[in-house]
Amino acid sequence: MSNLSKLESQSIFLLREAYRTFQRVGMPWSMGKDSNVLLWLAQKAFCGRIPFPVLHIDTTYEFPEMIEFRAWAQQHYGLQLIVKINEEAIARGVGYATHDPVTVTHELKTVALQQALAEYQWDALITGIRRDEDPTRAKERYFSPRSSEGEWNYKNQPPEFWNQFALPPKGAGGHVRVQPLLDWTEYDIWLYIRREKIPIPPLYFAREGKRFRSIGCQPITHPVPSAASTVDEIIAELYATRTPERAGRAQDHHERNAMQKLRAKGFL
Amino acid sequence: MHFSASEEVLPIVVIGHVDHGKSTLIGRLLFDTGSVPEGKAEELARAAAAEGVPFEHAFLLDSLLEEQAQNVTIDTTEIRFRTERRRYAIIDAPGHKEFLKNMLSGAARAQAAVLVVDAREGVREQTRRHAMLLPILGIRHILAAVNKMDLVDYSEDRYREISDSLTALFAELGLPEPTSLPLSAREGENIVQPSARMPWFGGGALLEALDSVPSPSRLDALPLRFAVQDVYRRGADRLVAGRLETGTLRVGEELLFWPGRKRARLRSFAEWPPESTPREASAGRSTALILEEEIFVERGMIASSLDHGPIEAREFPAKMFWLGPDPLRLGETYELRLMTQSVGARVTEVDRVIDAETLSVQDSCKPGVEANEIAEVLVRTQRPLAFDNASEIAQTGRFILAKDGRILGGGIVLGARYPRASLPPVHQSSPLFWTEGEIDRNERARALGHRGAILWFTGLSGAGKSTLAIQLEAQLFRRGIWAYVLDGDNLRHGLSSDLGFSAQDRRENIRRAAEAARVLADAGLVAIVALISPFRADRRKAREIAEAAGIPFREIFVHAPLEVCRARDPKALYARAERGEIPEFTGVDSPYEVPENAELELPTHQLSPAECLERLTKLAQAAIALPNRPSLREDPAANI
Repeated sequence: MSNLSKLESQSIFLLREAYRTFQRVGMPWSMGKDSNVLLWLAQKAFCGRIPFPVLHIDTTYEFPEMIEFRAWAQQHYGLQLIVKINEEAIARGVGYATHDPVTVTHELKTVALQQALAEYQWDALITGIRRDEDPTRAKERYFSPRSSEGEWNYKNQPPEFWNQFALPPKGAGGHVRVQPLLDWTEYDIWLYIRREKIPIPPLYFAREGKRFRSIGCQPITHPVPSAASTVDEIIAELYATRTPERAGRAQDHHERNAMQKLRAKGFL
Repeated sequence: MHFSASEEVLPIVVIGHVDHGKSTLIGRLLFDTGSVPEGKAEELARAAAAEGVPFEHAFLLDSLLEEQAQNVTIDTTEIRFRTERRRYAIIDAPGHKEFLKNMLSGAARAQAAVLVVDAREGVREQTRRHAMLLPILGIRHILAAVNKMDLVDYSEDRYREISDSLTALFAELGLPEPTSLPLSAREGENIVQPSARMPWFGGGALLEALDSVPSPSRLDALPLRFAVQDVYRRGADRLVAGRLETGTLRVGEELLFWPGRKRARLRSFAEWPPESTPREASAGRSTALILEEEIFVERGMIASSLDHGPIEAREFPAKMFWLGPDPLRLGETYELRLMTQSVGARVTEVDRVIDAETLSVQDSCKPGVEANEIAEVLVRTQRPLAFDNASEIAQTGRFILAKDGRILGGGIVLGARYPRASLPPVHQSSPLFWTEGEIDRNERARALGHRGAILWFTGLSGAGKSTLAIQLEAQLFRRGIWAYVLDGDNLRHGLSSDLGFSAQDRRENIRRAAEAARVLADAGLVAIVALISPFRADRRKAREIAEAAGIPFREIFVHAPLEVCRARDPKALYARAERGEIPEFTGVDSPYEVPENAELELPTHQLSPAECLERLTKLAQAAIALPNRPSLREDPAANI
């Protein structure tokens, strides 16, 4: 079996375990490439109909292309879509014009996620994070418990092996992050997009010598120089590069270990 | 070719004692193969300078603030790099004893291991413990890296000393000899290129050794195992969702679902998009099945082909490790998970606990297993479980024990017996349940002072079966051993009064006798069965019934020449048979198949009754003795 098929099968296995194990499941969906692969895998896991809602945390700083893609995909896949905005923070004036990226990310993404968790009472969130994105993510488990405050106790994670996962003790509160893409790399994601012909937003493809490799909020996401305007060209480019994927995302570089700090507090 | 989707990724774990240099080794490997992201090393060097500490290659791996501050790997991490040959996922696993759970979480994903040993310190406690854990994790390919050679002046003698001690350790653990190599991760010696400082070493650099690790063997050549995760409804169809762990499966094939052995034919697979739905699937594929027959299938079941089914039993020997903060306690109920099965289970015996410090076997009658210990145990489940020996099929041969959702230990099934029949009887569609009592067999055995067993006497009429059976029963009983004779004639008065003497009826009579004996033995008695039972196949069946239930079964061939039996003719049966009053009488007009594998043979025309009785008593006592059972190490399957 090819490496891609192995990854696909393990992800489907994890999605099915999550759906079976938890009462109320939600799946954050950013419309980014990983997120769309995750959506595709969920379609596969449940034979064509995703049985839980997908959540878009709208920071109000989205690229218009992403919002357009969201509308198209919701229709195309028949998604149960929930859009969540931290209205309270917006009202307080939290934004990139006045605040640093770590604060804005925390308020508009993490807090919005916590609000959605409280509102929909999800006991599991299916995330699209990968180990190769960031050294902190490399330490993740497939089933990762989060406290009722959404915090990640990375210093004492439960053991996990042979596709047997820890479950939170009853009544503990909090939720579990189920992470079906953990074993995938950026390179695998693109190979799979090519193999399966998965639709993705156009921002990933080079225009005027630049493309987005990783997409976040518009003010703090920068395109990287690239001539790759097709999936094949992107794959060839990635094979050769040593530039990290999230180089274009300011929130990660604002301070040392920014990602660990964000994630410990419940960032995806 | 570079962009091939089928490009192999080999997951390799780096393990060993704390501070022997695991993270540094991986950091160096990344650095020297040019696999560090652009700017990363500079960023870390700046950060190290800001904090006034020298740059360490381990910083590339230890990403948590606490890890960098303490220079300790807390949790497992994974990084990627590639060589000309293939892609690697290198898993860095912590070496501290208290992070063993993290080490296992990383290592269980690996298919090969690099065991790092400090050239100054040599083999230490975690070196031994990690080496012992490798076979339980199913890792067969091991490289031993003797690190920090710079600190022993690149001494060949010191290297030989350590590689010899590693060879001895591996031999003691029953593992294949590891490929050893000397290196210095800090100085980058013998990592990517052979080292000029160790010209005496002709074995090549680490990178070459990694590339020489063979690719994992194919799982589709193993017997079929499909693990059911869930059942979904789609219109009129029920989709049995799960994964083919091993083997291959084609549309139209008949399947058995275990436990319970329900039978159904595969009508089709169901996948999305529909045009991707295959006609045939092989090991590793997550898919869904639509079955021809409307049988009840649920999560936890394992489907097999009609031949080569798994073991279905409620008891198995295992080798396991324990991680719980509280010790594993004998007789306490835990949640056992094996594939998608989940069942209450107890460890009823701890045979051996192995001390990682000394490799010595501790007191074999310990009341439990402490955190970080490795033990050989007997596990008993509340409901029948379908599984395999890990040496046969790793995927269905490993399990975890949990409590309140928390994983406390894990292990592999070793040396469980497969039923020898081609196919056990299939339960029809009605759902059958197994009711579990509160008292289990081991508790009964402890109360009685012995285990139950079945002693099966076979031989011609007049050979002396009933006589010996009755004498043995009395002998055992007077020694405080509960024994009971099931005599063939007596059974035919009650349990089998509806049966005649056709081959089919005789087979059924033997089945009933074996089942009745199984019940008695389960209750803790020595069931002594005295039945002519002339056919090997029928006796084998009886043995399988016993062994599938985990009950010792001993076949005793009581024999004397036909003339002697005829002359004895205690029930005047030969006389009647010769007058034609009993058709198909064994020895007269129906054959007797001499046992090939009887545990005891008693020629009653040569031995005195006292001698026969003595041998029988000895056999019985050995069969029912409470543990210590013989070590699993004597089982060749124990060291997979």
